Amino acid sequence: MMRKASLFNLAALAAGMAFLYLPIVILVIYSFNASRLVAVWGGWSIHWYAQLAGDAALLAAASISLRIALVSASAATVLGTLAAVALVRFGCFRGRLLFAAMIYAPLVMPEVITGLSMLLLFVAVAVDRGFWTVVIAHTTMAMCFVAVIVQSRLVDFDRSLEEAAMDLGAPPLQTFLLVTLPLILPAIAASFMLAFALSLDDLVIASFTTGPGATTLPIRIYSEVRLGVSPEMNAVCSIMVLVVGLAVIAASLLTKLSAARGTPARA
Amino acid sequence: MAKLVVRIPYVWMAVFFLVPFLIVLKISLSQTAIAQPPYTPVFDLAAGWHGVRSFLAGLSLDNFAFLGSDPLYILSYMKSVEIAAFSTLLLLVIGYPIAYAITRTPRRVQAVLVLLVILPFWTSFLIRIYAWMNILQHDGPLNQLLLFLHIVREPPAWLSTDTAVYIGIVYSYLPFMVLPLYATLEKLDETLLEAAADLGCPRWKTFWLVTLPLSAPGVLAGALLCFIPICGEFVIPDLLGGSRTSMIGQTVWTEFFANKDWPTASAVAVVLVCLLVTPIVVFQYQAMRGAERRS
Repeated sequence: MMRKASLFNLAALAAGMAFLYLPIVILVIYSFNASRLVAVWGGWSIHWYAQLAGDAALLAAASISLRIALVSASAATVLGTLAAVALVRFGCFRGRLLFAAMIYAPLVMPEVITGLSMLLLFVAVAVDRGFWTVVIAHTTMAMCFVAVIVQSRLVDFDRSLEEAAMDLGAPPLQTFLLVTLPLILPAIAASFMLAFALSLDDLVIASFTTGPGATTLPIRIYSEVRLGVSPEMNAVCSIMVLVVGLAVIAASLLTKLSAARGTPARA
Repeated sequence: MAKLVVRIPYVWMAVFFLVPFLIVLKISLSQTAIAQPPYTPVFDLAAGWHGVRSFLAGLSLDNFAFLGSDPLYILSYMKSVEIAAFSTLLLLVIGYPIAYAITRTPRRVQAVLVLLVILPFWTSFLIRIYAWMNILQHDGPLNQLLLFLHIVREPPAWLSTDTAVYIGIVYSYLPFMVLPLYATLEKLDETLLEAAADLGCPRWKTFWLVTLPLSAPGVLAGALLCFIPICGEFVIPDLLGGSRTSMIGQTVWTEFFANKDWPTASAVAVVLVCLLVTPIVVFQYQAMRGAERRS
């Protein structure tokens, strides 16, 4: 058995994890700093969190962001699941290559370009930009992530369950609804949460596609943060880290549940 | 019914991903106009064949010629590629030992460690960069620590430097590098390493001759997953970099929001996509081969 961590391995792991988490920990600690100055530790305080509750513009932005995230994550989950089913179960349909290209390309495309092209589309068809244009942009971006996650689940799916249902006379749609869907449901739920997190976090695409009256939370945070570090922003960011962190942990637990179900036991 | 499953997402992606690209391409070939929207000509389908001809006649390569003539844009592209290439290298050097170390731990621990690596990826880019603004500011924790340990006498300026941009990029993209590396290293056949050891190969040589070549697909995937988006990065250089570090994503942003020059912004974007097309095609080929291998 060679699988053993050497001292160097452990050091690399510890340093890596510290690098990933220390900045966030420091951010959260500073959000509880009673002093306005970062350099001075003024004792523990929830003053900045209390201040947030009175910031109407920030609360409005948060509410818009949450609504956009909810709508776009729902749409992205449906569209992304369809796309995954199409990619995995429909073999070589015409235009599959282009379809796959359109699913994978947004995953790596710089956001500035996606945002710019979306905006130019909205201008070309002369729609008023605002809530719904951001929803469409986020749906498009997030459905690709959903498609990739659900696709990987469908690929290690035990096909014999579906075949059994079909042998017993279930039509394809019924097979999908009664056999396939329940088994991949945790993966779908997980990708919904990830789509939600993506939308809640996005700054660049939202900046391009938004209009008057639809300032999202990241846009609001960005305009504040450009001016420098402030304790209120530390508090807002800490809350967002908490919300997104919980969503991701829930999502990964669901994925695990999904992997445990419906996959033949491996030796 | 079955057709709808393919058609709905297909049409959605065509309308909201492919068509916008064609529009960008078209506008990059248009003239700048002081109007709303700030470009001409507008494609008029109602005018029929004549409309198509006058549309084609109205196209020009002026914007691209302009990009070539102004050193600002060329420098900006070069800076982006330079930063992306160097930080991808840094990410490889930092990410590889972490990915390798994860595979050396027991299975149960591995799952937790992978989750720990993914978790920061899902918290906002913006927040993670902001966290570094906190740390790197003049009287921030990093400088306090350095002063306390007497490593420096004068607190160095971190913000608005290339160093800060590199720190921000490496921090943000580390999960993109570690995960593909881990995925290939985890599948590595242990017996090969044992065979090498049995034949008296020293550990570093085994690593160099067996592990590293076998993990090449992971290295390639990780490098592409990092290099491509870093080239167009906007938030990191904008918040951590100085006015002298202008990456191409910032140039698009400024042309668009500050200068309101949409044709130039589109031309900058088109050239960037052309630059990235080769790595994107390689990435896609890899992704599809990976998906097929699993099926």
